[in-house]
Amino acid sequence: MKRSNAPIFWVLFGAGGMLSALIGAALVFITGIAVPTGTLLPKRLFEYERALAFAQHWVGKGILLVIITLFLWHAAHRLYHALHDLGVHAGTLSRLACYGTALAGTIAAAVALFSVGF
Amino acid sequence: MSAKGTGMRRPYRRPMDGWWRKNPYFVEYMIHEATALFVALYALILLAGVVCLAQGRAAWDGWVGWITSPLSILLHVVILIAFAYHAWSWFHIMPRTLPPMHAGGKRVAGATITRAGLVAAVASSALVLLIAWGVAR
Repeated sequence: MKRSNAPIFWVLFGAGGMLSALIGAALVFITGIAVPTGTLLPKRLFEYERALAFAQHWVGKGILLVIITLFLWHAAHRLYHALHDLGVHAGTLSRLACYGTALAGTIAAAVALFSVGF
Repeated sequence: MSAKGTGMRRPYRRPMDGWWRKNPYFVEYMIHEATALFVALYALILLAGVVCLAQGRAAWDGWVGWITSPLSILLHVVILIAFAYHAWSWFHIMPRTLPPMHAGGKRVAGATITRAGLVAAVASSALVLLIAWGVAR
């Protein structure tokens, strides 16, 4: 019998859902509200040198890669099933649109984080 | 598939339009599924930042220019609300998605699992904010 690949997508969905539930709101607040407006956290965190140093360090690189990819795979899995619930046929096209976007995003993040250097 | 008047069989298809709007339980279901749109949007915003950073100073400054714009800040307030709702619903669904857990010979109540999850979310969010504050100093 052919083994199902469903558990892989389910684990990625669960891990991304758990991570975003635990710290997602805090991350959105930091990168989207606090630093851009300079409330509680200084605007200088978004200076080019600081951002570059963060992305070049293996810790920063790992954090960015894990957050971006897990959030994308979580959303892809959930939206794929929500589309089915809305009457969109759960076939190759909708699978490609959801999981394909997550895969493309994963590759783009990996390439960018590799090319910023170490 | 649809062959009107050609003599082929025309199976009844139950209409899918707005079925979930008729029941508050499914309305909530659709709202918590829709939070995934905002999770994806936030991931794409971060991804754009990382890609711009890899392209150099000018591209990065362009991204910073966008994320500090009033429109982006307003958008992030909406994303923040969606994330908060996602966390709330995630831990309310968790008792039904976890395998049954037992402690001291008794099954752990759903409300206990939900409460533990929400406490963990508040604690880890506070930790993340504290780390960011520590890094900024």
